[in-house]
Amino acid sequence: MGTSVCNCKSEKFKQLELIIAEHKDQPGSLIPVMHEAQELFGYLPLEVQTVIAEGLDVPLADVYGVATFYSKFTLQAKGQYQINVCLGTACYVKGAQLIIEKVADMLKIKVGETSQDGLFSLDATRCIGACGLAPVMTVNEKVYGQLTVDKVEKIMKEYLDTVGRDKNANA
Amino acid sequence: MKQVTLTIDGRSVTVPEDYTVLLAAKELNINIPTLCYLKDINQIGACRMCLVEIKGGRALQASCVLPVSEGMEVKTNTPVLRETRKTILELILSDHKRECTTCVRSNNCELQNLSSQFGVGDIYFKTRLSDAKIDDLSLSIVRDQSKCILCRRCVAVCHDVQGVGVIQATKRGFHTRIEPAFGMSLNEVSCINCGQCIQACPVGALKEKDDTEKVWEALANPEMHVVVQTAPAIRVALGEEFGMQAGSIVTGKMAGALRRLGFDKVFDTDFSADLTIMEEGTELIGRIKNGGKLPMITSCSSGWIKFLEFYYPDFIDNLSTCKSPQQMMGAVIKTYYAQKAGVDPSKIFSVSVMPCTAKKFECQRPEMNASGYQDVDVALTTRELAHMIKQAGINFVNLEDEAFDSPLGESTGAALIFGATGGTMEAALRTVAEVLTGKEAQSIEYQAVRGLEGIKEATVKIGDLEVKAAVAHGTGNARKLLDKIRAGEANYHFIEVMACSGGCATGGGQPIRTSTEKMTIDFRDVRGQALYKADTQFKQRKSHENPEIKKIYDDFLGAPNSHKSHELLHTNYHKRDLYPSNEDKC
Repeated sequence: MGTSVCNCKSEKFKQLELIIAEHKDQPGSLIPVMHEAQELFGYLPLEVQTVIAEGLDVPLADVYGVATFYSKFTLQAKGQYQINVCLGTACYVKGAQLIIEKVADMLKIKVGETSQDGLFSLDATRCIGACGLAPVMTVNEKVYGQLTVDKVEKIMKEYLDTVGRDKNANA
Repeated sequence: MKQVTLTIDGRSVTVPEDYTVLLAAKELNINIPTLCYLKDINQIGACRMCLVEIKGGRALQASCVLPVSEGMEVKTNTPVLRETRKTILELILSDHKRECTTCVRSNNCELQNLSSQFGVGDIYFKTRLSDAKIDDLSLSIVRDQSKCILCRRCVAVCHDVQGVGVIQATKRGFHTRIEPAFGMSLNEVSCINCGQCIQACPVGALKEKDDTEKVWEALANPEMHVVVQTAPAIRVALGEEFGMQAGSIVTGKMAGALRRLGFDKVFDTDFSADLTIMEEGTELIGRIKNGGKLPMITSCSSGWIKFLEFYYPDFIDNLSTCKSPQQMMGAVIKTYYAQKAGVDPSKIFSVSVMPCTAKKFECQRPEMNASGYQDVDVALTTRELAHMIKQAGINFVNLEDEAFDSPLGESTGAALIFGATGGTMEAALRTVAEVLTGKEAQSIEYQAVRGLEGIKEATVKIGDLEVKAAVAHGTGNARKLLDKIRAGEANYHFIEVMACSGGCATGGGQPIRTSTEKMTIDFRDVRGQALYKADTQFKQRKSHENPEIKKIYDDFLGAPNSHKSHELLHTNYHKRDLYPSNEDKC
């Protein structure tokens, strides 16, 4: 497949090389490079981490160790719809666990995962400071408060309808 | 250096100012318990076992990272400390697969020792072992995460000593694991199989791939002619597994024990170490005389070979084409010996005992079949041999000395010192000097290449030629040396590299000693000195004087570097990819 690298991505890898070149000789350059790489690609898959490891002359295991230590780094491409369910104390007490389970169940993914079609990502978050609305969930920039299992089912159904996913939900 | 005086448990002690409290306590014969600490390798205060009370201090402090200071008052044994240490152990044990009776490290486990020392009983904390994995895909090393206590000693040795760094702490909190990137197996990453991680592990989370069953099976099979060879470094370490003092030389007992285990012939890798010198020495002389690729680098250490193939493939042509002594012996057993003894090589089961885990990988390299069969069928570590001897109920310590079998059992002092860093170089110089000058050398002990300095350099005058030599042990040091050569800052004719610090004497397959023992004893030194001492007791101390070596050339090989030698005793190397294929970036 070596010759069939498509332009969209190889362009990004060229940019990544530039980022690495810019930071290469600075001490402590690993995390800044990883930040910029994540901004560029949206996530840090094996091939991106490999280029960083090679470029900065750092073992791949170190890059991976840092990538999995900090929650801001992600190894998975994020979906078109990023769903965050708050599991802060107030939301949790008000039943957020049931909410997140419902969403996971409907999307057929686990918390922290992205659906195979690349449409939805589901994450649990710490307190987002909207305790008055507990339990709270956000979909991209949109906030949904005072959720119940029934309410969240309705909301998610609308999203699934919008993307036409209900038809191939089992695909 | 400035000295400071402090008080530990009411006793005054004066130590250099760069000491830690842990080391200062040692001076007073106080062993503060440790778990993640490994002298000169890992000092990170992670496990908290070594906590002490400091007068006027706000909290308990980790003594392995706490510098001494003037007038400091330390307590190492108080009710609070005992209780705290016990709780720490309970927390660690709650997350540790406690199958001690069936664990390879039972009776040699630092965690087991401490938990018995502190009388840990019931453990109330809940476990999270469910997502722990066992990685047994490497030919050399098995990792069991369910026993890992996250001390990071293996990580430190892999990164800082070996300069490899294929394992790291990943994820965080309860999910923290020690593993290669992306949870890959050791056989999918650029692991060099050296086994130094096993040497560093305080528990049974890292061990060698156990091949003893294959050997037992062969020994029980009346159809098979089972032969064994033992590397130079085994005989100065095996005794430790039976409670003997470090540095005990047990060559004769070892030969006796192997015969009692049922091996049909007991051969000595020292013979093929002599053979290596004949081949490698001739190769070196050829390269120097004919303008061949220099520096020439030794190729005995299979971990080192793999390291170079991964990290320094541009030096592949610098490697001697000589196989390692293990593989030379393997090739010779199934050809020369088979002919001589009238045994069908397909019926020979060839076992090696090595101080090394990388040898398990080496003997399964696809090109190692010069005899038409896999030349060495199974490589055991020193520890595995000790285990077999114990299983067989052999009273090792009281065994009478026995000799190796002929024709592959005779050796010289030069071969023996292969087991220590600098030994291969010295053995080669002893022979090269005489071959090049045609005269008997005045002095055959090359002190400049001995000792534990990470990189040793020497210029040796042989006739009109000044041979520039360098010795590195531990692949981290080899890295420094090769980087200098790459940068044009150094140049040599001949370089010896051993993958493990201290050479084979402290290879990844040798008896495992605890961190507490390593605080006071440098096993590289003790075992190495035993080898050098034994060298002086040999009648022949130069490889080319070995009568059985002369015989194998007369009867079978012809001359060093002959066509036949090349077929059987030499090999080639290939570049290995550091990372999984990166072609498909889309």
